[in-house]
Amino acid sequence: MKRAALILPLLAPGCAGIQSANGRDAVQGALIGRLFDVFLGVAVVVYALVIVYLALALLRGRRHRRRESGLQGEPAPSLERPWRIGLILFASATALILFGLAIATWLTDRALAKAGAEAPLEVEVIGNQWWWEVRYQDPVASRIVRTANELHLPVGQTTRLTLKSNDVIHSMWIPNLSGKQDMIPGRESDLALHPTRTGTFRAQCAEFCGMQHANMALDVTVESPADFRRWYEAQLVPQPAPGGAAAAGYAIFQNRQCASCHAVGGTPASGQVAPDLTHVASRNTIAAGALPMSRENLARWVSDPQAVKPGNNMPKVPLSQSELGALVAYLETLK
Amino acid sequence: MSLRFPEVIAAMLMLAATGCHRESRDYRSLALQAQDRTKAFGGNAFHLAQGQRLYAWMNCAGCHSHGGGGMGPPLRDDEWRYGGSLPEIVTTILDGRPNGMPSFRGKITEDQAWQLATYVRSLSARTREDILSGRADEPSNVEPPVLDERKPVRRVTPRQDDASEE
Repeated sequence: MKRAALILPLLAPGCAGIQSANGRDAVQGALIGRLFDVFLGVAVVVYALVIVYLALALLRGRRHRRRESGLQGEPAPSLERPWRIGLILFASATALILFGLAIATWLTDRALAKAGAEAPLEVEVIGNQWWWEVRYQDPVASRIVRTANELHLPVGQTTRLTLKSNDVIHSMWIPNLSGKQDMIPGRESDLALHPTRTGTFRAQCAEFCGMQHANMALDVTVESPADFRRWYEAQLVPQPAPGGAAAAGYAIFQNRQCASCHAVGGTPASGQVAPDLTHVASRNTIAAGALPMSRENLARWVSDPQAVKPGNNMPKVPLSQSELGALVAYLETLK
Repeated sequence: MSLRFPEVIAAMLMLAATGCHRESRDYRSLALQAQDRTKAFGGNAFHLAQGQRLYAWMNCAGCHSHGGGGMGPPLRDDEWRYGGSLPEIVTTILDGRPNGMPSFRGKITEDQAWQLATYVRSLSARTREDILSGRADEPSNVEPPVLDERKPVRRVTPRQDDASEE
């Protein structure tokens, strides 16, 4: 018991902060949260009643036995009638409670469907071992934004995420906003989100997907619609070949292995199998949350990706120290 | 002759121990000589699987199809214009060949070229069953598991214009 009390405070951080399992920062999470509260409340009351009845039954039984053995007072009265009434009450209360919970579930389900029915923004999220590809859909092809490991959402409106996978089963989980949704190769699933509070949250792959499953995080930023628009327009800006200090790094990026898999908008690099790097330096993390974004960490990552995140698909590209410096200097300009 | 109990137990333990053999995965650059590389890559399930992914990523299927050939020669038959050993296939990938095969030197790393060659060779060579991928990448003539199109989520309350259509 004492040990359990010691463990409990350790669980508390799971219900707060940027990755809170008790997340109610979106309409969807709040609806499910409210249903959870209803279930919890009813279950606590029923549990307490059962325990009280059990205690009473034990006490009564002991007294009853004493009477029957003739140790105490007059003979016991017949128990058949109160038992029958008790049973009827118990059965009808159980039926009523279950029926009530079923109705609460149904109402929540309807409310969820209603909340996700009209989505002005459509985003495709594709799971990969071990990173997230994010595509903002637009009828005009040149206005589609392709990014990786970051998801920006406008507050106060519904966004529908279409979830796909390129390799194994992943699961999308933004604990602060809503529940999990699996991403299954060859299928599409979707998730509607209507955030009600601005802030940055951390999403995590919630289905074991291989060695670096733990290093598959997604930075979620919920911001005002105006900020979101500004971010979106900034993402659309291409990054053509730079002059000056970054030119050497640009040449390395284009002529070495980088451009085979990565794309940078406005340059010949258009690989589609790895994260789009057009605005990589504006992201918070490197390699799906493996490292915080900084010059040192970029160098650490590029020089030997297999040391940072063993098993990922980025190979170690042989680069001299000066080539590495130039390449990192170029990557840093991709804001 | 009948086995006694301890002997049976010992035999079963030895059998179980064979299950503990796990193939190693080399994520880092191997930097081996050619003949050692043939050994390191040739019979390795991980490198073969990575090669299969690279085959898709580098769009080899664009010319060679899924081994059946198209604009480029088939890779599933026993005919090798420029040699069918692993080092020879690696040379073909890295340096290119006349009439269309581009050079991938500098586009992929040398280790990746070896992984790719391992997969290409497995298309025609007798590769150990236990290291082959469980599923091929080519289009299949088997019905897909899900035939019906996904339908969009229906609105809960029909709009005005929907009602007028009825």
